[in-house]
Amino acid sequence: MSDERVFMKGNHAACEGAYRAGCKAYFGYPITPQNEVTEYMSAHIWEHGGTFIQSESEVAAINMIMGASATGARAMTSSSSPGISLKQEGLSYIAMMELPMVVMNVVRCGPGLGNIAPHQGDYFQTTKGGGHGDYRLITLAPNSVQEMAQFIYDAFILADKWRNPAMVLTDGTIGQMMEPVDYASMPWMDPPDKSEWQLDEFQEGRERHVLTSIWLDPVDMAVAHEKLIDKYERLKKEEVRYDEYLTEDAEVLVVAIGSPSRVTHSAIRILRQEGLKVGLFRPITVWPFPYDAIRKYADSKRVKAILVPEMNWGQMIEDVKLAVLDKKPVHFVAKHGGLTFTPEDLTEPIRAILKNPEEPNTLWHVS
Amino acid sequence: MLLEEYVFAGFGGQGIMTIGQIIAYAGMIQDFYTAWIPSYGPESRGGTANCNVVISDEIIGSPHTHHPNGVIVMNAPSFDKFEPLMAPGGVLVVNTNLSPQRSERDDLSVVYIPTADIATEVGHPVLASVAALGAFAATREVIDDANMEKGIDWALPAHHKDMLEMNLKAYHEGKKAAEAQLKAAAK
Amino acid sequence: MDVITIEGTEYKVVAERPKSLTDTPFTYCPGCNHGTTHKIIAEVIDELGIQHRCIGIASVGCSVFSYEFFDFDFISVPHGRALAVATGAKRMRPDSVLMTYQGDGDLAAIGTAETIHACNRGERVTCIFVNNAIYGMTGGQMAPTTLLGMKTTTSPLGRDAKRIGWPMKMSEMLAPLQGAAYIARVSMHDAKHILKAKAAIKKAFRAQLEDKGFSMVEVLSNCNVNWHMTPQEGVKFIEEQMTKNFPLGVYKDVWQEEAAKQTAKEEG
Ligand SMILES: Cc1ncc(C[n+]2csc(CCOP(=O)(O)OP(=O)(O)O)c2C)c(N)n1
Ligand code: SF4
Ligand SMILES: [Mg+2]
Repeated sequence: MSDERVFMKGNHAACEGAYRAGCKAYFGYPITPQNEVTEYMSAHIWEHGGTFIQSESEVAAINMIMGASATGARAMTSSSSPGISLKQEGLSYIAMMELPMVVMNVVRCGPGLGNIAPHQGDYFQTTKGGGHGDYRLITLAPNSVQEMAQFIYDAFILADKWRNPAMVLTDGTIGQMMEPVDYASMPWMDPPDKSEWQLDEFQEGRERHVLTSIWLDPVDMAVAHEKLIDKYERLKKEEVRYDEYLTEDAEVLVVAIGSPSRVTHSAIRILRQEGLKVGLFRPITVWPFPYDAIRKYADSKRVKAILVPEMNWGQMIEDVKLAVLDKKPVHFVAKHGGLTFTPEDLTEPIRAILKNPEEPNTLWHVS
Repeated sequence: MLLEEYVFAGFGGQGIMTIGQIIAYAGMIQDFYTAWIPSYGPESRGGTANCNVVISDEIIGSPHTHHPNGVIVMNAPSFDKFEPLMAPGGVLVVNTNLSPQRSERDDLSVVYIPTADIATEVGHPVLASVAALGAFAATREVIDDANMEKGIDWALPAHHKDMLEMNLKAYHEGKKAAEAQLKAAAK
Repeated sequence: MDVITIEGTEYKVVAERPKSLTDTPFTYCPGCNHGTTHKIIAEVIDELGIQHRCIGIASVGCSVFSYEFFDFDFISVPHGRALAVATGAKRMRPDSVLMTYQGDGDLAAIGTAETIHACNRGERVTCIFVNNAIYGMTGGQMAPTTLLGMKTTTSPLGRDAKRIGWPMKMSEMLAPLQGAAYIARVSMHDAKHILKAKAAIKKAFRAQLEDKGFSMVEVLSNCNVNWHMTPQEGVKFIEEQMTKNFPLGVYKDVWQEEAAKQTAKEEG
């Protein structure tokens, strides 16, 4: 541990990560539980040579970001679920125009207005499209305040590397909590050179730059698509990230992200004291999803079952099942409505699974 | 393994959130892993507000504490809500100015502190929560006073630094009151 | 000056094809004012010498491909959001000159919020608002600016104020906002008015260049195809009907206000 640690809220740390990545524009609209981002940005982005606008809506915010990133600047917006729904239109255009930018979703409970408690109901929206058309967001899922800063920082790098929008998908718990953060791994940086394509005021003597998402001729559109498809395929090969905790000898593999992965950590400690072999597999990129890495566990003789806890009705579990391909039972523990997991919510099902490993897929409803 | 799980609860505006942040910050500079999380939203409107603090010598799993081993209750509804949830062997600080209840559990160590009275004597009623934190430090000796003092300084906004001395005094008066009670109970 | 004759009408050649236009021929319907409007904008940009500082925002409407015709950097953006995108770009590149080119559906229906707020913030951008009282691109549906009684594919019996309200007067709405520096309504129905339109557009860009605030020129324009008129009838409709509902003129002029203030100071 370095002496550089500061004690901060997740939502504030995300801003600090953005500043260090050279983010110069933040446009957003207030919504709980991510107001700290908008507020912190309004107070501090100026100190880093950046600009803040409280936009008239999330729709306006994402389009302002579109404009800022089109000029080559590093720009981000953030919101929580209902506001992220409004940003989907813009994200679709941004993805097709291959504009790098970062958006953070501090997920709250839906559908509808729902409530402001932590939730994971936006997994499908984020990883399976969200807006119209065929596109993908590079999506990182932090589970600590340190990672809130780090993943925003990394998201800017990935977005520029791939000319693709990147999402940081987190939940109210991680956004609201305070933990120590060490910024040593996030040196201050400037964005890479984007003079090849950015819109700017130095056009004399060069080809003009046009950013568009419209190709009326299906043949031309297909060509544009193929460029994206090719990029997405390379992303799947090169950028899959995940984290593991006590998986080497695990007989039950828990696959979790966000705050449930933290509770899983606590549950595993309790179970290990009882001699039960349980491990945590935590996808860091939920798109691209670590299918192959999970499939290895499904293929392993040692692993008896897989358990997926989610604060929703079952979304990421579909990706886990795609990885496992019926080779092992995949159990699901649901907690929703804005309720959060306790370690007991997980220890009980895991003990039961280990007692009767042949049991087919089970839904453990613990709310 | 050290695993401290606290709940600090009271009315919104009593400084509950801040004293949670102070001890979590103090834990960090004492080289522990620490986490703080507020109850937020409708739960924190009216009635009670509370925050959870976890301090550990290992990476922290859940930041939520469901069976805390350290609790401060600053008002009556908080006592009713959290005293029954406490883990055996836990410590409880009760602000007797707003919470007249007595704990009937024999597996807890409880101190009853008139934190508002102490705060008023020191100079300002807003210091009640800091006095409670002092009392808590007497019952749960995990974080050193020096680090707590740094935490109190850290939590004071720049334009209130003139209140530092008074805050430190409230902390130590609260601690003294709790120590006296513990000594009497030990006899 | 050369004189040319198009469909029986004589026109003076005022200028050659401006540098700020590409060689791509316009794809608008014959007689549509979109092309002429592009041309006078390009002339203004040439005259101001700002071609290589301009960033254009193409909205969604018949002008969705305007980036094919203007010869400077461009981005094509979602329906209604042009002024939000312009805001973001201008904030990052204050030395660029931002122009949005929007129709009435884009600016006054789906993009109303973005329009009002960009104006109210006084964004240093220039908006060219082509009011043709109809949704041209999607085939002639009613617009917020459709005149009362006017038949469109979604007001087949004619626009009825009781059911759907009155033609929306954007210039009048925006002018009182303090972020507005220059707001004018012009018309494209004859050469004289086209010259006036050009002067207004030049002033609008000057407002941006002089850092005065938000500028918009509302251009009354035709859509012969969806109005089911000949170009001559269309031009006449603008002159006789559109201008009656949408009076021409300058609704906000920051220079005039500043001069008035100065005079008041000197006198008082
Ligand atoms: C979100 C969305 N809704 C609807 C459309 C379809 N659409 C395209 S252009 C248009 C209206 C354009 O009318 P206007 O802005 O007046 O431009 P004009 O074609 O008349 O120049 C509509 C509704 C769209 N592209 N996007
Ligand atoms: S449809 Fe109307 S507005 Fe569009 S190009 Fe044709 S005449 Fe012009
Ligand atoms: Mg129109």
